Amino acid sequence: MTRFLLLVNYDNGQCEGDMQSWDPADVKAHMAYYEALNRELEESGELAGGAALAWGDQAKIVRGDGKAAPVVTDGPYAEAKEQLAGFTVVDVESVERAIEIAARQSAVPGPGGVPIMQPIEVRQVMDDAAELGIDLS
Amino acid sequence: MSDHPGFEDLLRELAPQVLGVIMRRFGGLDAAEDAVQEALIAAARTWPGDGVPGNPRGWLLQTATRRMTDQIRSDQARRRREARAVAAEPPPADPGLAGFPGGMTAAGLASMIGGAAGRDDTLGRTDGAGRDDTLDRDDTLILLFMCCHPVLTPASAIALTLRAVGGLTTAEIASAFLVPEATMAQRISRAKQRIKASGVRFRMPGDEDREERLRSVLHVLYLIFNEGYASSAGTRLHRQDLSGEAIRLTRMLHALLPGDGPVAGLLALMLLTEARRPARTGPEGELVPLAEQDRARWDRALIEEGVALAVAAMSQGPAGDYQLQAAIAALHGEAARAEDTDWPQILALYGLLERLTGNPMVTLNRAVAAAMVHGAAAGLDLLRPLDERLAGHYRLDAVRAHLLDMLGDGDAAIAHYRAAAHGTMSIPERNYLITKAARVNREFR
Repeated sequence: MTRFLLLVNYDNGQCEGDMQSWDPADVKAHMAYYEALNRELEESGELAGGAALAWGDQAKIVRGDGKAAPVVTDGPYAEAKEQLAGFTVVDVESVERAIEIAARQSAVPGPGGVPIMQPIEVRQVMDDAAELGIDLS
Repeated sequence: MSDHPGFEDLLRELAPQVLGVIMRRFGGLDAAEDAVQEALIAAARTWPGDGVPGNPRGWLLQTATRRMTDQIRSDQARRRREARAVAAEPPPADPGLAGFPGGMTAAGLASMIGGAAGRDDTLGRTDGAGRDDTLDRDDTLILLFMCCHPVLTPASAIALTLRAVGGLTTAEIASAFLVPEATMAQRISRAKQRIKASGVRFRMPGDEDREERLRSVLHVLYLIFNEGYASSAGTRLHRQDLSGEAIRLTRMLHALLPGDGPVAGLLALMLLTEARRPARTGPEGELVPLAEQDRARWDRALIEEGVALAVAAMSQGPAGDYQLQAAIAALHGEAARAEDTDWPQILALYGLLERLTGNPMVTLNRAVAAAMVHGAAAGLDLLRPLDERLAGHYRLDAVRAHLLDMLGDGDAAIAHYRAAAHGTMSIPERNYLITKAARVNREFR
């Protein structure tokens, strides 16, 4: 089994406007969709972790040299929609399966129940294990 | 008994034995395995305070049995409630049901008769109290076959084997595979359901299936070992325990099937590989390849045992995959220094292995051996046919880099080390490859 990180940002894909402007019922459906998907992944034994992140404008950037006190500034410069909203770690048999799950995340419903098609970044997680092969060379 | 093992080891040893008895008595892997797990957890909780009981096996058996009967009673009570609910409805007009008491439907009655679990055709054996050792060993072997059934994915088989045969807790297995406990519990549950759905019976595979089923078992054990050994370059100690667990289970299998060549070969391979573990990691946790390892740190006892086993395995029937790999590992193990390695023999064995498996990874290793015997250019020649089969594979770049390095072509070696570092998914390997590139850069530029 291989682990992949599925990253979602605030780029709302095909839908315009912030979630505050949605119909409350649509907001609820949106949240329920994610919850149902996570439950499904837990039941299938593929959910390996994940979190929703606090809003990007609360984020800090820290720079330090290990000696003086670090310099702390507000938020990343990235455009609002590029800010990371959350991530999921899945442990799956193949990259195809990771992509399948990402597609499900992408199709989360937005206003009027229409799938948002938000972009999901899929990154393989590096392993702290080595292969036996390297011993032999 | 004065020389009592730490009771955790004892629990693990008894787990599959107890599970075997419970399955013979009640049938069905799912509920039986859960009951045994609960008994193990209860023991782990109470024995430290109360002391290990005089008959630990009997204690576990009793506790698991009690859990099973509790479960059966509660299932029966539920069915009775359901039947009563059905009876409360007006009985259907169908004259065929006139004979059933209280208007119960045929379906309701059938489900009550169905009983707690799918009873196995091996029922009829008496209570395990008077069983002798051979019966216990058969059960553990049957369990191993069951948990490694080809109908399961490797990941499922690994999880189920570690639970049911290894006696590990779900939490331990989850932590070894870096997933939350709830997730691992689900995997195990689904694996058990899959076994049930496929109709696998609790009995030895027939002669016609035996070889395939045994191959499946060996493959699962090999994967467990690999998982544990590969992680030794990191800091996760609990993952390291997995290779110990794989060795323990394979030793058990070898004791049950002493004449089997592939089993002996796999055990030998594991022991010889495990022997090198202490030398495999440097002071900063970095990966140290075979050629650079401090052989004084190898476990000599494991090497001796592994070599003897590898030699014996080679004489037990036609040399298969594991036996050949074990023989190669034995040749490395026997070399006091890297320069004492019998590379011509190793090259010949890789030739056999390549013909047997057709595995391109074997060809990579054979290329390295060829380079050691005939020079780097000969090794590089062997890599050329792989350009198509392993196009873009980081391992091909890594070996090519190593051979170009040997040849003295610094620029090309660096390029391929960097390509390999870019493509590997292993952190220790990436670090090793980057370091090699830097080293070559220092030497040649």
